[in-house]
Amino acid sequence: VGEHISMTVNGMPRDLEVEPRRLLVQALREDMDLTGTHVGCDTSQCGACTVHVDGKAVKSCTMLAVQADGATVTTIEGMASPGDGGALHPLQTAFWEKHGLQCGFCTPGMIMTAADLLGRNADPSDDEIRDALEGNICRCTGYQNIVAAVKAAAVAMRA
Amino acid sequence: MTDVLDAPSSPLGKPIKRTEDPRFITGEGRYVDDIKLQSTAHMAILRSPYAHANIRSIDTSAAKAMPGVLAVYVGADIPYNPMPMAWPAGGSAGIQNNVSTPRTLATDSVKWTGEGVAAVVAETEAQAFDALEAIQVDWEPLPAVVDAEKAIADGAPQLHENAPNNIVFEWNVGDKAGTDAAVDSAEVVVRQRIVNQRLIPNPMEVRGNIGWYNPGTDEYTIWMSSQTPHIQRLLLAAFVMGIPEHKIRCISPDVGGAFGTKIFCYPDYALVLFASKHLGGRPVKWIESRRENYQSTIHGRDHITYLEIAGTRDGTVTGLRVKTLANLGGRLSTIGPGIPTTLYARVLSGCYKIPNVYAEVTGVYTNTTFVDAYRGAGRPEATYVIERAMDLFAAEIGMDRAELRRRNFIQPDQFPYENPSGLGTASGGAKIYIDSGDYEPAMDKALATVGYADLAARKAEAKTRGKLMGLGLSTYIEVCGVAPSKWIGAVGEGWGAAMWESSNIKVHLTGKVVVTMGTQPQGQGHETTYAQVIADALGVPMEDVIVQHSDTQGTPFGYGSYGSRTSSVGMTAAVKAADKIKDKARRYAAHMLEASPDDIEIDGAEYRVKGSPERKKTFQEIAFALDLAFDAPEGMEPYLDETAYYDTPNCTWPFGTHIAVVEIDEETGVVELVRYVAVDDVGNKINPMIVDGQLHGGIAQGVGQALWEEAVYSDEGQLLSGSMLDYALPKASMLPHFELDQTVTPSPVNPLGVKGVGEAGAIASTAAVANAVIDALGPLGIRHLDMPYTSRKVWAAIQSAKGGQL
Repeated sequence: VGEHISMTVNGMPRDLEVEPRRLLVQALREDMDLTGTHVGCDTSQCGACTVHVDGKAVKSCTMLAVQADGATVTTIEGMASPGDGGALHPLQTAFWEKHGLQCGFCTPGMIMTAADLLGRNADPSDDEIRDALEGNICRCTGYQNIVAAVKAAAVAMRA
Repeated sequence: MTDVLDAPSSPLGKPIKRTEDPRFITGEGRYVDDIKLQSTAHMAILRSPYAHANIRSIDTSAAKAMPGVLAVYVGADIPYNPMPMAWPAGGSAGIQNNVSTPRTLATDSVKWTGEGVAAVVAETEAQAFDALEAIQVDWEPLPAVVDAEKAIADGAPQLHENAPNNIVFEWNVGDKAGTDAAVDSAEVVVRQRIVNQRLIPNPMEVRGNIGWYNPGTDEYTIWMSSQTPHIQRLLLAAFVMGIPEHKIRCISPDVGGAFGTKIFCYPDYALVLFASKHLGGRPVKWIESRRENYQSTIHGRDHITYLEIAGTRDGTVTGLRVKTLANLGGRLSTIGPGIPTTLYARVLSGCYKIPNVYAEVTGVYTNTTFVDAYRGAGRPEATYVIERAMDLFAAEIGMDRAELRRRNFIQPDQFPYENPSGLGTASGGAKIYIDSGDYEPAMDKALATVGYADLAARKAEAKTRGKLMGLGLSTYIEVCGVAPSKWIGAVGEGWGAAMWESSNIKVHLTGKVVVTMGTQPQGQGHETTYAQVIADALGVPMEDVIVQHSDTQGTPFGYGSYGSRTSSVGMTAAVKAADKIKDKARRYAAHMLEASPDDIEIDGAEYRVKGSPERKKTFQEIAFALDLAFDAPEGMEPYLDETAYYDTPNCTWPFGTHIAVVEIDEETGVVELVRYVAVDDVGNKINPMIVDGQLHGGIAQGVGQALWEEAVYSDEGQLLSGSMLDYALPKASMLPHFELDQTVTPSPVNPLGVKGVGEAGAIASTAAVANAVIDALGPLGIRHLDMPYTSRKVWAAIQSAKGGQL
């Protein structure tokens, strides 16, 4: 009953058999062991499952794995540079330095959404950052240090 | 402590980046659902679609025949006891013999939509959910009641035979006669009915467990998203499953937020362990869906309160009389009755010197999800009552709100202060006092920051833009660091057991330090802050300290993390363990240096002979030598390994002033929070960056309650706000930048001088925003409005006040 699909995930070609009803987030977490992408709700509200599909932020609970056939997918595990040292992405560094996370559960989705924003807008205002995070819920931080982290990352990425 | 905090080399008091963050920012955190054990089977739970119904029969035969299904269970299959209720309303409530708690699966009846009635274990999660659909339950629906006031009325549906009129307990605290006299003879009395609405806590990680029974050793292991692994081991073993406590190991891996919801003993813990044993030792995983989380993990708040505040026309408050109905749900959660009693009514008078306080609290069963501790747990409800009451009283006598507060604050020279609402009423002299405080400077700082003096002009300016501006104060205190065991024993509240904490410190041969503790982080950064404290205490670099927790095998017993108790109780245990380590190191240094232990002075990691500073050993040299033990003196054990248990002599009392400024669109009723100023005094800070983060998150949750959040049931008991689509959580664009400031009054209760900060923001902020909204609506003659202040509700209130037709 499985469908054969292929995709490039964090730079690696992946082939897998999935049930047609399997969500992309399930394929990432269960079939590819990429458990950094989280599931926080069942109605596509929380954004904890946000990944990049062909360069755009997507809630991976809202997409079937078969729809990602042929796509290039980046998850939180693919944000740091590959290889020795594994330099953190500026957003990862900024979330750490600005205390942009507490329990860490929403953090991968926040970073993926923020990366999408900074790809479109290199110098967002506080309001633009808050608007861009509309689809990502954090219950720990009150968002204040997340906004600060995204701003700091924007500065670092412009430098 | 002050000199240590100022020492440049010490990590204590510094905004140090968290040591746990690298795994979270790279996706390498390990939450329960990220753990994959070989041959794991998956469980799904069938939940009641009715709020109140009898179960006539359950037919599982079709489900058992579904692909991949390994087992289907109903309540009668499971021999365990019901879940324990561990924190009764003590004192005046007497013995509670009307307790009803959930069973592992319901047997005869269900009391809320979402109570578990059957479970499927299958090879895959999808197969388990598919098979749920094939279970046939023959239901006998019964009338339901969801509102506490309706539930105790004549003719209401009755939930439990042992709880006439759906009453769980009737409890009171304070001096009734004195308060009656004070209120009934007062110059001014203000009365108001206020509702503190039901909330859904919403940690971003739902709950989940993996149960594994090892047939070879007859031992159970459970991975659980819990704040209290040690307590769960005790409760599951001794109360639910009836097996020896040492036959269960509880492990809490990374916990993705909790806010109280993960304190409790849930039926699914027992269910996965039962299933694993039944399946011969296959691990069984159950992960809650968000919908299940809304229906069957605890809710918070849900009080209906009648308050009376009395005093003189010149602004002295002389009495507070309160009656509260606390909706506790269809069955009791683990410490449900403790929240509206111990943690609510006993602190109702807040930071004010009110001579007469009396409160009656009635706990009520309704056909709703059980209610228990949600961030703040009783204290936000108490703060809401007293802070609304102070504003109502100020309005009644025409006095400035800040001035009324100022006149009634407990004064700095009146500490330790025994409040009249019950902290000191325990027998045997085991009292709790408000430890310290200085309330006016915090309020003055907040008033200055927000520009209180210019308020009238700014309101006038806003009015020209069609906006009603309002400013609200909340001069809160909270009690945290629960609690002295003697007091708990005397009043019969609080887990029915002690509430000390523990820590163990081991120093390896290489000088590396391992700290374990009985507390349990859920995002607060304990791995960082414990390391800061112990690195400071032992004089070693922070990177040489590793902090371990969350596994009952390998950490000393602890009561867990909730009630903002980790820093004041848990870290004090760690400091005491470090003291023991240093004492032994000093004695061994004396042996190595051929000096008397009294002549050894300790400076960071250096142990020196007084007067001969060149004669010294480092902590690492001592650890190395004592680990080898080639030359240990007679009677001294090898190795540096010490455990300390700490029972706090008192609770700690953070305080502060929060001020919210709102603008309400007069045409649409939309409330915008435009400024938020918070001046908090949480005592000394171990890591001010983490403290600020705790405040931010707490404030956001409290603002959420005031403006948007509400768990709504239909009259039939269906949870209408049953998903994140329907329950309005604060998003980034809905909140302003919070402006934080501080005063610092070190707690005299513990050596670190810390008070606790996990809940302060949530305790203070709801009342501040509520008072701001009512202040904005005051010119229309609106004296009170219940939360949440949705645009629809506010618009209707404005229209009604203006005499419009709705």
